Amino acid sequence: MTQPSPTNLSNRLGYELEVNGVRYPITADAGRSLLSVIRNEVGLTGTKEGCDDCECGACMVLVDGRPVNSCSFLAAQCQGRSVTTVEGLAGDDRLHPLQQVLLDAGGVQCGFCTPGMLISTHALLTVNPDPNEEDVRIGLSGNLCRCTGYTNIVAAVLQATGTRESNAGAEPEA
Amino acid sequence: MAFTIATTVDEALERLADGARPVAGGTDLVVGARQGKVPLPHDLVAIDRVDELLTIGQDDHGARIGAGVTHDRLLSNPLIVGDYTALADGAALIGSPATRHVGTIGGNVMNGSPAMDTGAPLVVLGARIELRSATTTRLVDPLELWTGPGTTSARTDELCTACLLPALPARTGSAYVRLEFRRAMEIAVVGAAALVRLDESGSVLDLHIALTAVAPTIMAVEGTEVLMGRTVDDNLTDQVAALASEQASPISDLRAGDRYRRHTVGVMARRAVQAAAQRAQGTMIDVPVNRAIGIGAAR
Ligand SMILES: Cc1cc2nc3c(=O)[nH]c(=O)nc-3n(C[C@H](O)[C@H](O)[C@H](O)COP(=O)(O)OP(=O)(O)OC[C@H]3O[C@@H](n4cnc5c(N)ncnc54)[C@H](O)[C@@H]3O)c2cc1C
Ligand code: FES
Ligand code: FES
Repeated sequence: MTQPSPTNLSNRLGYELEVNGVRYPITADAGRSLLSVIRNEVGLTGTKEGCDDCECGACMVLVDGRPVNSCSFLAAQCQGRSVTTVEGLAGDDRLHPLQQVLLDAGGVQCGFCTPGMLISTHALLTVNPDPNEEDVRIGLSGNLCRCTGYTNIVAAVLQATGTRESNAGAEPEA
Repeated sequence: MAFTIATTVDEALERLADGARPVAGGTDLVVGARQGKVPLPHDLVAIDRVDELLTIGQDDHGARIGAGVTHDRLLSNPLIVGDYTALADGAALIGSPATRHVGTIGGNVMNGSPAMDTGAPLVVLGARIELRSATTTRLVDPLELWTGPGTTSARTDELCTACLLPALPARTGSAYVRLEFRRAMEIAVVGAAALVRLDESGSVLDLHIALTAVAPTIMAVEGTEVLMGRTVDDNLTDQVAALASEQASPISDLRAGDRYRRHTVGVMARRAVQAAAQRAQGTMIDVPVNRAIGIGAAR
């Protein structure tokens, strides 16, 4: 791990940040949030800013595989770690199966919460590949959606994992 | 602004001696700065990669929980869930999955909020908080550590390195419940932790209660000696509720009025004692008790 050396003149740190497997050289103030560095320095805008206050989950990313509200986590604390954003889930020009199922199930309306929902779902399924409805609701409890009422999002996740006991509302179209 | 990442306790202590503030998960410190409550300190040392702070260990004397252990690990660790269940109940209620993955027990304790969810469990479990500086090490009673909302008796050059929990005798159970209006991203309206030890016939040998969010700091309920030798029945839990409500000194704020808090903290204390007594008798109640007994809006 490279140790950051605080530079007195500019109050800025120079470090490398690994996002979706690519290392980016970053020069930024030590107080900058991971969200702001991902969007403005790295240039990946899939990760959204909803509240910038650790409340809504639109900014959710994975740091070493664990879900983190990037608006409220210091970017400098992520050096030497691996960050995954929604762009890192999908392959070349193809949607991740979770993205497809979310679209098919009507779990996306305005779409602003969707990147965060996908990241939280990914984190949940990594530790619990076969969640029940309660597990999904807890797994997504840090993500607000103002459009869907959640029902179709939960249904999509259950459908993606093949859980049949779902009574989470409308059956998604085939 | 200066920022370093410590990899050993000694490195972190050196930086604290130079005036740096520690940041673990940042879920209080960084979030507070974003909300504009307090500006981010201009000299920070990240302690979330100090291996010595990340372990949960056990010996004949009890358990040692490194200050950097996250809530997610507390709620799933077999030792904590098995022996120190109230602490797992508390950790499981904190924020969201992301908050629990990032937030630490050390940060929760040192932030000193009267609404902290690991505080009352630590008190009833008899925890001691280990504080280290470059030159000193001391163990403090958490009730002496917390001096007011958001303040502690720790010096600025002291790092919380661990929470130490004594080994518990057989037939001991503990539980933590909190009143919440929703099931995630919530702060305790009020809460209560209980530890109950029973003898073979089911009489109370030991009983401790601590309360959340009804005083400037987490507080212990006094006068439980009169309950020794009794069985945990409705009479006893009525008395528990009365003791808790009498001793609370809640405020009114946007979350609840003082009278409502005073009443409901008694209800929480009653439920915590009931759950702790059931666990002392070997009944399995899933973590967190809140979900098992249905506190919190259904959906
Ligand atoms: C959305 C959200 C929901 C939350 N919900 C809850 C909840 O339900 N219940 C609850 O109790 N809390 C809750 N919190 C508060 C917070 O998550 C917890 O208090 C958490 O445990 C703080 O840990 P941290 O590692 O993030 O602390 P940090 O923010 O890193 O640090 C907090 C304070 O403690 C100091 N500090 C940290 N570690 C040490 C140490 N080892 N030694 C000395 N000082 C130290 C820091 O300098 C800072 O002053 C919530 C926070 C958020 C953002
Ligand atoms: S933008 Fe981070 S939680 Fe809302
Ligand atoms: S789809 Fe609009 S916020 Fe969720």
